[in-house]
Amino acid sequence: MRAFTYERAKSPREAAAAVAADPTARFIAGGTNLLDLMKLEIETPARLVDVNDLKLDEITPTKDGGLRIGALVRNTDLAADKRVRKDYGVLSRALLAGASGQLRNKATTAGNLLQRTRCPYFYDTNMPCNKRTPGAGCAAIGGFTRSLAVLGASEACIATHPSDMAVALRVLDAAVETVTPDGTERSIPIAEFHRLPGQTPHVETALARGELITAVTLPKPIGGVHAYRKVRDRASYAFALVSVASVIHKDGGGRIALGGVAHKPWRVEAAESSLPRGAKAVSEGLLAGARTTTQNAFKLTLAERAIGAAVTEARG
Amino acid sequence: MKFDTPATTNPIDQLKVIGKPLDRIDGPLKTTGRAPYAYERHDAIPDIAYGYVVGAAIAKGRITSMDLSRAKAAPGVLAIVTAAEAGKLAKGDFNTAMLLGGPEIQHYHQAVAIVVAETFEQARAAAGLVKVDYERAKGTFDLASAKDGATKPKDGGPDSAVGDFEAAFAAAPVKLDETYTTPDQGHAMMEPHASIAAWKGDKLSLWTSNQMIAWGAGDVAKTLGVPRENVRLMSPFIGGGFGGKLFVRADAILAALGAKAAGRPVKVALTRPFMFNNTTHRPATIQRIRIGTDRAGKITAIGHESWSGDLPGGGPETAVQQTRLLYAGENRMTKTRLAVLDLPEGNAMRAPGEAPGLMALEVAVDELAEKLGIDPVEFRVLNDTQVDPEKPSRPFSQRRLNECLRTGADKFGWSRRAKPGQVRDGRWLVGMGVAAAFRNNLVMKSAARVRLETSGVVTVETDMTDIGTGSYTIIAQTAAEMMGVPLTRVNVRLGDSSFPVSAGSGGQWGANSSTAGVYAACVKLREAVAGKLGLDAAQAQFADGRVKVGNQSLPLEQAAASGPVTAEDFMEYGDLTKTHQQSTFGAHFVEVGVDADTAEIRIRRMLAVCAAGRILNPKSARSQVIGAMVMGAGAALMEELVVDKRIGFFVNHDLAGYEVPVHADIPHQEVIFLDETDPMSSPMKAKGVGELGICGVGAAVANAIYNATGVRVREYPVTLDKLLEKMPVLA
Repeated sequence: MRAFTYERAKSPREAAAAVAADPTARFIAGGTNLLDLMKLEIETPARLVDVNDLKLDEITPTKDGGLRIGALVRNTDLAADKRVRKDYGVLSRALLAGASGQLRNKATTAGNLLQRTRCPYFYDTNMPCNKRTPGAGCAAIGGFTRSLAVLGASEACIATHPSDMAVALRVLDAAVETVTPDGTERSIPIAEFHRLPGQTPHVETALARGELITAVTLPKPIGGVHAYRKVRDRASYAFALVSVASVIHKDGGGRIALGGVAHKPWRVEAAESSLPRGAKAVSEGLLAGARTTTQNAFKLTLAERAIGAAVTEARG
Repeated sequence: MKFDTPATTNPIDQLKVIGKPLDRIDGPLKTTGRAPYAYERHDAIPDIAYGYVVGAAIAKGRITSMDLSRAKAAPGVLAIVTAAEAGKLAKGDFNTAMLLGGPEIQHYHQAVAIVVAETFEQARAAAGLVKVDYERAKGTFDLASAKDGATKPKDGGPDSAVGDFEAAFAAAPVKLDETYTTPDQGHAMMEPHASIAAWKGDKLSLWTSNQMIAWGAGDVAKTLGVPRENVRLMSPFIGGGFGGKLFVRADAILAALGAKAAGRPVKVALTRPFMFNNTTHRPATIQRIRIGTDRAGKITAIGHESWSGDLPGGGPETAVQQTRLLYAGENRMTKTRLAVLDLPEGNAMRAPGEAPGLMALEVAVDELAEKLGIDPVEFRVLNDTQVDPEKPSRPFSQRRLNECLRTGADKFGWSRRAKPGQVRDGRWLVGMGVAAAFRNNLVMKSAARVRLETSGVVTVETDMTDIGTGSYTIIAQTAAEMMGVPLTRVNVRLGDSSFPVSAGSGGQWGANSSTAGVYAACVKLREAVAGKLGLDAAQAQFADGRVKVGNQSLPLEQAAASGPVTAEDFMEYGDLTKTHQQSTFGAHFVEVGVDADTAEIRIRRMLAVCAAGRILNPKSARSQVIGAMVMGAGAALMEELVVDKRIGFFVNHDLAGYEVPVHADIPHQEVIFLDETDPMSSPMKAKGVGELGICGVGAAVANAIYNATGVRVREYPVTLDKLLEKMPVLA
């Protein structure tokens, strides 16, 4: 870990300005990912701007019948919120499938979206990684790939995004609200928030330098049966091999997003019209263009079967 | 004292304290955070500086240059030691690679420097500034491709042959010939390797975490080139070892070098990523098993070959050991072969040999029983042997494997087991599996010093270690039983090289051997006490804090009225291990559910039935066995150090990547100990259980998965991706 300075921001705009003006600065909220990365010198900020005082920790109704979740709402509180449990069950379930009670108590909504990949090569600074050092190369390609991406990967990076929460937000069509140093606010659809790696895997989101997430908004409830199926080698405290966030309606239609398969939560809206015809039909569109290795090809079968289980279960 | 004739009745048989399920006497210290672990010994020595280890970034090759200038100039840095500065270092007797590498690099994350600074954060930050350039050399990292070049190891794996295996196997009407693989595994104990080193002149004190104090003190002295008597090791509490702390590792040596260079005490703990590539691990194996039987299911030929790899000069994983002894059969063969691999050094991990060996053998037995149409419990019973099958004149001292199997089958509801793929519970396919557990009982010379204090308290001192096993408690129970005092009047001091040399903790020999050493010392103390009291030692009874002969009864502490009475002795062993085969036995039963859609595997319940001599403390013994069962479950289902065969390192080197079971993976465990004493083992009539508990678990899990799904996986760990494409199609 490198030495760093630490300050607590007083307003979202001030926080954004501080980080925008200093390329060595980073926001810190729960710190559940950033501090670990700093200890390993994967992240080496010289300045930390603590955003915990920004009062962005409330969940409030929106005027169009949805919810606005403050950026600092802890994962535990979000998962336990009555409105979330009633109308957005997939979100509550995804959160509770992630990490541990201790981590969820600290981890924030915005921080969860911004957590970095768990690719083992990213975690070892002796290994070349285009995320850590753009242009360095990727040690994961041709190496241990069992947990890595099968969809949307590139020649530069085959990492996956580890969040469970983000997969649920994707299926719910959430949006990410931000503020920039000049006070401009914008709302980024979750579908556009995380990026595919392409040739710039170090650029992981649509955020500009210093742009601060202030909230995540959920549209009004869409009904249906909500489920989050996280498949993993052990029963708890493990990242998903594949996860399925699903909202299935009585007529057999619905929405599906996958975790553990790509650099971002994976959803193909066009494929969802096939949902009433079953898991195989929807998987054809959802998994189209997959590129696998012998170690991770199982994820395609697994995704299809997990979707099948979700659909069957929703039908009761 | 020498143990060379079978034990007869002795004071231990009173079982007033021994054999009771007592709470561990060190429990309150641990639960209140007051047990002093190595890294926290600020009470023992002031002014400690922090050391941080720099590890090699390549698997094999040479350091071409090191630039320490930026690190030396970093805030708080007191000293940096590399091989170039350290002077001549030797390799310890128990190490395969050098603990401080350079210029030659033997494995990934081999230590190449220690940076010492005022604070931990300063040391870590400066370590990041050490610049090392390497020249890579071509290494061998893939066991499967190195297998054919493997050779007969010098130590630890003689070939065995009885009868004519090849001919008998060829002629057998029913046979199995399969190959199984087990991966490299990490100990992943909670407490990392950690040491504080302090020099006083040329004398070194080392507070460390080490299972074998005498081996450790010897290797520290040898590595550093100092006289053995100048080294003192203290390791009173150990946060888990599992064989990973049998030997001195980089933390101890680099703390000593750093302390010398800085002129200050220095503490070093290995970080979690370092635990996997810098220290030892259980080596991967490839095992071929061939078993032939007659039509009735009697084994006529049994052959087991195992291949593993290690650095040059290293040793094999002796995975065929149990096959020499577990089942009958006139024609037998085992072979152990060792390939040279440039991965981190392999070495002992809980039940080395048997743990991976039984993961293969006991699946082979399950497969063969199915071929024969015989229940796997019955197949094992049918092939039981009460004598060493290689040397029938040599009986087992105790062997109640059949009783373990039958008792377990009864308690577990084995009769409800159905054919593969037939039982469904909601979305789960449910199956049961069984495997035999087998681990040899080793006896080791062990010494202790006991002292009757003027207060009447009995103090025991021995360099025995408690690695979480309960050594403190069973040693206290032994002294209490022998001296006729309550447990609260015994004070046990362990893990200090200034104490008499014990058996140490390893190979499940610790409990029986170390308490036997305490027994020997107590016999001497009883004589000394009786002498002081003017009583006939041969007639004296020690009970209720008093010494009685006939009508005479004197308080024990009266013997120490004019000062403490001290006795020291050791227990050593004669030929009973040669005339009798001493082993421990058990049977593991496991029920699993396999998700019909995703093939996720979850254990539903586990039962172990163990026959392991006298159980000195059923509570701590049960803890040992359930812990070992968890480790066996991990080995079966998730634990694998993944080798990057291009680069030559274990990729998943943290606890997010190297998964071990969590609570949710282990819903229900039960342990039954058969009531047994083994008079061949020692006056304690006890044997080990700490490793028996893991032996066979992996196979029982794998067999249960087969029973649930009808899919046989022979490559561990058994993960869902290996089942998925073959899962039964359900209506």
